[in-house]
Amino acid sequence: MMNGHSRGSVLLRHEVGLHARPSVKLTKLAKSFQSRIDLGLSAEGPWIDAKSIVKVMAAKAPKDTELHFRAEGDDAADAVAALVGLVERDFDDGD
Amino acid sequence: MMATEESRQGRAASPGMAAGPLLRLDDGDAGVRAAGTPVMETAALRRAMAEAADELAGLADAAGDDEAAAVLAVQIALLEDEALTEAAFVAIAGGTPADVAFRAALDAQVADYAAAEDAYFRARAADLEDLRDRVLRRLAGVAERALPGDAILAAADLPPSRFLAVPWAGGGLALERGSATSHVAILARARGVPMLVGVALRGLEDGAPALLDGAAGTLVVRPDPATAAAFAERRAAWEERRAVEAAYLAKPAVTADGTRVRVMLNIAGPDDLAPLDPAHVDGIGLVRSEFLFQGRDRLPGEEEQLAAYRRILDWAGDRPVTIRTLDAGGDKPIPGLTRAGEGNPFLGVRGLRLSLRHPEVFRVQLRALARAAVAGNLKVMVPMVSVPDELRRCRDLLDEALAGLEGEGVPAARPPLGMMVEVPAAALSVADFDADFLSIGSNDLIQYTMAASRDEPELAELAEPSPAVMELIARVAVHGAATGREVSLCGDLAGEPRHVPALLGAGLRTLSMAPTSVAAVKAAVARWRAAG
Repeated sequence: MMNGHSRGSVLLRHEVGLHARPSVKLTKLAKSFQSRIDLGLSAEGPWIDAKSIVKVMAAKAPKDTELHFRAEGDDAADAVAALVGLVERDFDDGD
Repeated sequence: MMATEESRQGRAASPGMAAGPLLRLDDGDAGVRAAGTPVMETAALRRAMAEAADELAGLADAAGDDEAAAVLAVQIALLEDEALTEAAFVAIAGGTPADVAFRAALDAQVADYAAAEDAYFRARAADLEDLRDRVLRRLAGVAERALPGDAILAAADLPPSRFLAVPWAGGGLALERGSATSHVAILARARGVPMLVGVALRGLEDGAPALLDGAAGTLVVRPDPATAAAFAERRAAWEERRAVEAAYLAKPAVTADGTRVRVMLNIAGPDDLAPLDPAHVDGIGLVRSEFLFQGRDRLPGEEEQLAAYRRILDWAGDRPVTIRTLDAGGDKPIPGLTRAGEGNPFLGVRGLRLSLRHPEVFRVQLRALARAAVAGNLKVMVPMVSVPDELRRCRDLLDEALAGLEGEGVPAARPPLGMMVEVPAAALSVADFDADFLSIGSNDLIQYTMAASRDEPELAELAEPSPAVMELIARVAVHGAATGREVSLCGDLAGEPRHVPALLGAGLRTLSMAPTSVAAVKAAVARWRAAG
């Protein structure tokens, strides 16, 4: 079985940063993939588990943070693309 | 002992009036429980968490609206995350009782959020406390205390999940902490539950009869018979009026003789718009941009301002949105910007006077506004203009900002530049100002015309709109009509139905007010017809 690696980054535009509701959406989406997925607030980390809402919320990423994702696993590329897309679409909500 | 009336002033968080027994709530301390072996304690905590998750899921189902469901979904997601309780289970394995271990694990995270710089993240501390206390109650085997819906609940803070468990029926809520932007305040407004925040509860007796006025921000305990009678009268009138006004809310404002009047909103920031329907108003007549500076010690950058302005424009769609540039000073100090210790701050360096003295701050706001103007029907208004030269200098700075943005290739547009008319000198010589539109700030116009502080209760009579004030208002309206400039009024007068006839009589056709006044003002407009 091939192990894939993928990385991506996206600018967080959500008005109040990565707070409660965006964090729920982000971690739910991350959990829908098999790959191990990490979230970092810089390209060098530190890295946190993107499937843990406790850790994602605790990162308290403010608006205009560059979010970095890295994934390892069979669906790594799809996972990073999906997460970057969610942030780009501003979490599919207007608030 | 004679019971004496006690009145406490808080801040309005949700309008409405409630009467009922005061019910003091403790902070959900679970009491002492007997601890078992680490294996038993681990199982006990897992069971308590599963029960808490079930309760939350049940509340989310029963809540029936997106706002409530979203608040609860966050707690459910937290509970499902092993990272929430990792530290607790490690401590339990080492011999710590389940409740002590769980509390310690959650308290550490609560403290982390409570120390956050950003108000949104600080508010999440309350969600975690809510979750902590729910699990601790399950762990202690304490049944959820059923809270009555017809009492006035008084607490340091009330978590959203407990708010949602109350079968609200005429009761109200008074909190010592909290803010108008907390989850529970948003829920209270959505459900029409009267609510105050920032009210001191110390010394108030559990079970005493109480009256709460969510609009005035007051809580009265053990009211005198006269106070109670007056309150009952106001409450009955309020309820009757609400029923009548509700019929007007969704309709355009039209006078009895068929003249269309534009009804606009005054807001303090994008958060105010969450519970409102844009179809009920003709636009936003006043955005107080001071909200950008609230609860922070640094000035927000251009991008952050731009995002906030865009949120408001998105809500409004094609409707006009008038954003007032920073109106600091007077009763609105901003640390590091306004001057401390001015002898008479209302006559001091405030509003545009302050902005012109801090071009480095003003420039950022003008750039953000010019960029936002691409995204919607944006107008920019400056406060506290006294002489034409101030407006001219402001227009020059706007020109500079636009030229700079163009040079950088950043998309921008020129918004109409208007002014507040709140200094009598500006009202008297209004024709000399190169303003694209005019908006009368009646609060300051009255206080400056009458030389009477609006915060002085003994001078309340002088704060009523006198013939002198009405003459200034009419003068501005006439000038607007003669020169094709829109004139609106965005002070408190516009939101008071009893003053609507005088304002329409003076020639105004655009009124801007707090969201809670919209229905009542539309009803008052519908009753009015032009004399003769």
